[in-house]
Amino acid sequence: MTELLSFEKSRPGASVPRLPDADVTAPEPSQLLAPDLLRSKAPGLPRLSEPEIMRHYSRLASMNYSISGQFYPLGSCTMKYNPVVNEVAAALPGFAELHPYQDTDSVQGALELMWRLEHALCAVVGVERVTLQPAAGAHGEWTALRMIQAYHHSRGDARTEVLVPDSAHGTNPASAALNGFHVVEVKSGPDGRISLADLESKLSPRVAALMLTNPNTLGLFERQILDIAEMVHATGAMLYYDGANLNAFMGICRPGDMGFDAVHMNLHKTFTTPHGGGGPGAGPVGVKADLVPFLPTPTVERTNGHFTLDFKRPRSIGRVRSFYGNFGMLVRAYAYIVAMGGDGLAQASRDAVLSANYLRKQVENDLEMPHEGPCMHEFVASAHHLAHDGVRALDIAKALLDRDFYAPTVYFPLVVPEAIMVEPTETESKATLDAFAAAIKEIVAQARTNPQALHDAPQSLPVGRLDEVAAARRINAYLQGHSEDPVLRWEPVQK
Amino acid sequence: MLAAIGVQSMDDLLLDIPRSLRLTALELPAGLSEHETMSQISSLAARNRVFPDRLTFRGGGVYRRFIPALVAAVTSKPEFYTAYTPYQAEASQGTLQAIYEFQTLIAELTALDVANASLYDGATAVAEAAMMAHIHTGRNEVVVAGYLHPEYLEVLRAFSEGRGIKVRKGTEPGPKTAAVIFQQPDFLGLLVDAKTLTESAHAAGALAIACVDPISLAILAPPGEYGADIAVGEGQQLGLTPSYGGPHVGFISCRRELVRRLPGRLIGTAYDTQGRRGFVLALAAREQHIRREKATSNICTNHSLCALAASVYMTYMGPDGLRQVAEVSFKRAHALSERLAALPGWEPAFPERPFFSEFPMRVPKGAAVIRKLARKGILGPLDVHRWFRELKGVLTFTCTEVNDARALDELVAALES
Repeated sequence: MTELLSFEKSRPGASVPRLPDADVTAPEPSQLLAPDLLRSKAPGLPRLSEPEIMRHYSRLASMNYSISGQFYPLGSCTMKYNPVVNEVAAALPGFAELHPYQDTDSVQGALELMWRLEHALCAVVGVERVTLQPAAGAHGEWTALRMIQAYHHSRGDARTEVLVPDSAHGTNPASAALNGFHVVEVKSGPDGRISLADLESKLSPRVAALMLTNPNTLGLFERQILDIAEMVHATGAMLYYDGANLNAFMGICRPGDMGFDAVHMNLHKTFTTPHGGGGPGAGPVGVKADLVPFLPTPTVERTNGHFTLDFKRPRSIGRVRSFYGNFGMLVRAYAYIVAMGGDGLAQASRDAVLSANYLRKQVENDLEMPHEGPCMHEFVASAHHLAHDGVRALDIAKALLDRDFYAPTVYFPLVVPEAIMVEPTETESKATLDAFAAAIKEIVAQARTNPQALHDAPQSLPVGRLDEVAAARRINAYLQGHSEDPVLRWEPVQK
Repeated sequence: MLAAIGVQSMDDLLLDIPRSLRLTALELPAGLSEHETMSQISSLAARNRVFPDRLTFRGGGVYRRFIPALVAAVTSKPEFYTAYTPYQAEASQGTLQAIYEFQTLIAELTALDVANASLYDGATAVAEAAMMAHIHTGRNEVVVAGYLHPEYLEVLRAFSEGRGIKVRKGTEPGPKTAAVIFQQPDFLGLLVDAKTLTESAHAAGALAIACVDPISLAILAPPGEYGADIAVGEGQQLGLTPSYGGPHVGFISCRRELVRRLPGRLIGTAYDTQGRRGFVLALAAREQHIRREKATSNICTNHSLCALAASVYMTYMGPDGLRQVAEVSFKRAHALSERLAALPGWEPAFPERPFFSEFPMRVPKGAAVIRKLARKGILGPLDVHRWFRELKGVLTFTCTEVNDARALDELVAALES
C-alpha cells in the first residue's frame, strides 16, 4: 500500500477552514503596500478537508516503524522506549504557552526546571556546568569545540588540529571542520580501541582537542582512558567526550572523572526524549571549570532561591541558537530523570550492558564477532562471513524489517567490514531479545539455503528496496539542467 | 541472563572500567512514581505565568497563533513521534513522505526550487545559509542589512567566527562579500526593499539570503519572486506552541544551482522493482555520515516532528486559509497602530516605513507601560532597546488572528487607564 501525496489529492473545491474575520476597519494590504512588495502568484498548497487530511496522515503513520511498535536494535543511537508521561509534562500549558521574552519573574518554574536539569546532568557526567542551548548532538559537539577554540585563543594559543579516531561518528570530523579545524585521524588498534602509539605520534602543540566516544563505537570501554587523558593534557590539548554512548555507564562511572574537559549528551538518546523521525533532539554540553567562562549565553543562575538569566558573560562564545534551547525537550528529559532517580539511571545502564552482552552471546555463533567481549551497552558484529553466499549486512537488515524488527546500524563503524551494530537498551525484555536472536539465526540459515530471498527483502512493507542509484541519476539530471523533474519535491505534471 | 552470558555477576561485565573510576551512587534523589513525577513537574509549571493568547501582543520571533487541533492529533501519533531518523526507507515511508511534502510546501511558499527537510531554528538557518554562500562564492564576508533578529545575528557571528568569516553590518556589498542577508519583515516588523537589496548583492557577485516570516508569504512577495538565492526562516508560526522558545523549526530553500550546497537532509522519490513510488534520503554525499570533515554541514538530527506539524498546519490552511490568517493579522495590526498613535505622546517609530503585522512605536516610559499591562493580564509589547541602543523608548507590538477586536479594545483601554 502506498499513499498519494497531499498535492495529488488536492481538490479545487475543498472547503476553506473557517477562520476569524479581521473585525476591524483597516485597509487591504494592496492599498498600503507597493506592488513590488506583494506576492503575484499564490503558493501551490494543497486544498483538502480536515477528514481527508486526518486520513492522509493516519495512513502515513501506519507506514512507519517506531519504538512504540517495534524493537530498534540500533547501535550508537540508543532507541529506548519513550515514556508517555514526558509528553504530558511538556504539553502542560505552564510550559507550552510560555513566551521566550516573558519577564524572568513570570517564568520562575521554567528557569528552575532548567537549573535543576543542569545540575542533574552535572551529577551524571561529572562536570562543573552544563549549557542546555544546543539543539542536537552535532550542534553540541560544535558548541564544545567552539568553547575549546575560544579557551586556547584566550591563552594566545592558536591550535589548528583536532584528533578524531577512525571509529568516530561522522559528526565529529564535520563539527571540527565547521570550526575551521584541520581533522587528523587516529587509528584503532587490533583490539578495537584507540592505538596509543598512533595517538602519541599525532599529538603536538598544534592539537586543540581529541574527540573520543567511550565506550567507543565498537561498544568497547577505552580501558586506558586515564593514560589517554594524561597524554592529551600533557600537550595542552583538551579531551572532548562524544556522549552518544553515555547510556553504557550512568551511575557506574563519569566522563568528568575520566579526564574529559567537555562532554556532550543527547537527551534524545540517553534521556528518552522521542526521536520524532529525526528530531527535535537536544544536545547539552557539560564543561569543567577551565571552560566555564566560555559557555554560551545566557546561563541560568540562582541567587537566594530566585532564578535569573545571565547575559553578561564577557568571555562567552555567544549564542549557538535562539532563546534557551529546545525547552520542550528539556522538560521531557527532566521528567525522565525525576522518575528514574539516581538509582533508576544506574540500573538502566546496568540493564543495558546486561542486555547487550546477553544478546551478543545469543548471536555469536551466527555472526562474526571481530572483537573480544564483554561489551558495554552495544556490540559490533560482522556479516563478512556470508559474503561468499553473496549476502551482505544490508540484506540482513532488510530481512529483519520483514520480521517486524527495525534494522541494526549497518556499515558503521567504518573500521569493521559488513558491520552490524546492535544496541538493545534496557527497555527491551528478555523475550524480545530472544525473538531477535531467533530471527538472526533464521536469516543466517537462509543466507546459505536461499540467499535470493534475502536480496528480495523486504516484502511485507509498503515498498520494497528503492533504487537510490536511479534516484541519484535523476537528481543529477535535474541539477545539471537536463531534466525538469526536480525529484526532491512534487510539481504539477503539466509543467 | 548472567548465566547464559557465562559470568558470575554484573561486575564481571564491567571489568574494563578502572576501579578508581567506579562510583558507588549518583548524587541524585531516588526515583518516583509517575504520579509523583507529574505532581513535581506540575508544580514547576504552576510557577510560570501564562498570558492568554488573545492578550499577547509580544512577538520578536515567537508568536501566538491559532493552532488547529488536527496538528497535535497527528504529531502525537506514536508512529510519528517515536520513529527514528528514516535511514531504513522501507520502514519509514510515513516520515519520508511527510518530509517530502514539507520540502514541497516550503519550496512553494518561498517560490524557490528546492527546500531541505528542516533545520533547528531560524537563527541556525541564517547561519547555515551564510555558510552555503561562503562555500559557493569562496568569499569570506557576509553583509547583514537592517534589523536582523539580534539573536540570529549572534548565532551567525558564533558560526562565522570559527570559520574565519567576517560579519559586517551595512547595505553595501563589496568584492569580498559572499552574501547579503536581510530579514523581511525585519525584527521590528518593518518591510525592507528586498528587491533592491537582492539586486545589489547580485551586482557585487554575492548571493542574496532572505530571512522570511512564512505567514507573511501568503501576501508578501516570496524570495523567489524578487530573485533571492536562498530563503530561510523560523517556522514556529506554522502550528507550533511558543514553548519558551523551542523546539521550533528552521527552514531553508534555494535555487537549483545551489542544491548541492544545502545542509542537512533531503528526501527524493525513488522506485522499487515493482515500479512503486517511494521516498528516500537523497544526495547523502553532502552529509556528515558519508563526507565526514568535507560535509556541507555537521547537522544530523534536525527538527522532523516540528516540520510535520508545519506540514499539517499548511495543508489544513491551504492557500486561502493561509491568506486569511495573514490578512487578518495585517489588518488588525494596522488598526491597532492607528489607535496607539492617537495616545498622548505615542508615535510610530518609523512612520514612513510599511509593516506587516508587527510594528514599532516610540512611547514615553516604555518599561512602565509593559509593567502596567502585565498587571492587567496582558503580555504587552517588546522593548527592543535591550538590543539596539538607538531605539530608546521603542516597543514593538504584534497582532495575529488570535487577538480579536475586543482584545484590541482591552489593550487600548488598559493603556488609557
